[in-house]
Amino acid sequence: MSATHAGAAPAWRRVLAQTDFEARAILRNGEQLLVTIIVPVLVLIGLTRVDVLDIDTDGMSPIDFFTPGVLALAVMTSSFTSQAIASAFDRRNGVLRLLSTTPLGRGGLLAGKVAGVLVVGTVQVLVIGLTAVLLGWRPDAVGVLLAIVAMLLGASAFTSLALLVAGTLRAEAVLAVANLALLLLALVGGVIVPASRLPGPLEHIALLLPSGALGEAMRQAFQHGTLPAWSVVVLVGWTAALGWGAARLFRWH
Amino acid sequence: MPDSPALEIRGLVKRYDGRAVVDGLDLVAQPGQVTAVLGPNGAGKTTTIECCEGLRQADEGSVRVLGHDPLLDAVELRPRVGVMLQDGGLPTGIRAQDMLAHVARMYADPRDLGELTERLGLGSFGRTTVRRLSGGQRQRLALAAAIVGRPELVFLDEPSAGMDPQSRHAVWDLVRELRDEGVAVVLTTHLMDEAEDLADHVAIVDQGRVIAQGSVRDLVSDGDDRTLRLDAAPGLELGAAVGDGLVVTEPSPGSYVVVGAVGPTTVAALTAWLAARDVLANRLTVGRRTLEDVFLDLTGRELR
Repeated sequence: MSATHAGAAPAWRRVLAQTDFEARAILRNGEQLLVTIIVPVLVLIGLTRVDVLDIDTDGMSPIDFFTPGVLALAVMTSSFTSQAIASAFDRRNGVLRLLSTTPLGRGGLLAGKVAGVLVVGTVQVLVIGLTAVLLGWRPDAVGVLLAIVAMLLGASAFTSLALLVAGTLRAEAVLAVANLALLLLALVGGVIVPASRLPGPLEHIALLLPSGALGEAMRQAFQHGTLPAWSVVVLVGWTAALGWGAARLFRWH
Repeated sequence: MPDSPALEIRGLVKRYDGRAVVDGLDLVAQPGQVTAVLGPNGAGKTTTIECCEGLRQADEGSVRVLGHDPLLDAVELRPRVGVMLQDGGLPTGIRAQDMLAHVARMYADPRDLGELTERLGLGSFGRTTVRRLSGGQRQRLALAAAIVGRPELVFLDEPSAGMDPQSRHAVWDLVRELRDEGVAVVLTTHLMDEAEDLADHVAIVDQGRVIAQGSVRDLVSDGDDRTLRLDAAPGLELGAAVGDGLVVTEPSPGSYVVVGAVGPTTVAALTAWLAARDVLANRLTVGRRTLEDVFLDLTGRELR
């Protein structure tokens, strides 16, 4: 995108405009706001103030135990569920095709989508993090830095999955798949409940899933100040595989 | 490069699942002209346009847009080519004015949004979300988005579909103005009056090929042949009245069509013949063939 024609706005301005457009589309939409912000906040409050899950918290306070997993869940809602549904309907309505004929192009569209996810993710982390702090959470600086790395890796993997699903299935099917997958991964994917507490083979399966790898990385970062190498490998692997699939299989029509 | 065509398509072939939807199509569009691609549904119009917009890859043949390859030189072409898709391509959850402003941000020197809004009457629904716009309102918004970046070439895929007559005329006026500014306008349509009123050059497409092309005048002129239409009482034997060399038909009772070298004496003979029988002509018109006559002659009358 270095060759900018005189008639086009500079590339950074085009991508910035698309980022703004994508982030607003999500934050302005009631359903998307519910899934990305309100549900994770309610889950956080529910898990820490009410004894919904009878679970051993390793001697930690519930807020220290659950907040990393809720942040991981939030990353999944914005980078996967919300992005998959929005992109699928934009694809069906021809929005992706129309925008790709403007100077934005396909590359700029993708860059804007990824940056839009990061903006929404930042808003989520701030809202959920502040809620957790009000509930007594006190993360340390190293934990926060490592968690940011983990969330970026997680967002990459789940955005790739979102684009793969949105670019290959019908919009209505994406709506069903994206919501169902979020629910399943949230319950038994090692996100909120650590993989080690899942029954039988689910423990090992969850650690291989991007959800379990992200949940594990978030917990290790905040609770032990480390980033598990295994989680990094799993997330990078999923990003490469899903990104490759999305690039090859994405249908614009 | 004076006089080089804005669009040059040679032998374009595009297949879906092995079936050729576009099958050896040639088309040239010039700057400062409106080129209408006219054809029945399924003729390959939209696929052809999409190959020019870089949205589809041609299987065979060559497409040059402003002298460039639409896929390889997309970065060069995107700021110079405006696109209005048949299905709109407008995001539904956003206000109309925000959509237009968003597209405008992709260009270094976009048109004045206030003026464009005024010209296309977008002001009355600027604050309405796209989802709640009527078909005609969406079309006008999509047209505004196609030209907001001051393109040298615009592709309009069925621009006036779903529009009321007022909107159509506003759109046509704007298209003529673009042409007068030197823009090459390529539009697809199956509306005869749209092609007849707007186009400098018409290409009639059927089954993936151009089967006739030229100016509207070229296409409709067919020697001295004229068509006389008469509405009167049914069942008249007009053949005797107009004489030899002319073909009389009565497509529906009381509605007659006379085709051939219709001249002043034909009209005089016909009205005298009617007067002698005390029959009043309710309507009598003489004209050349219309574009619709030509179109139906070429593409057939069966429904598809």
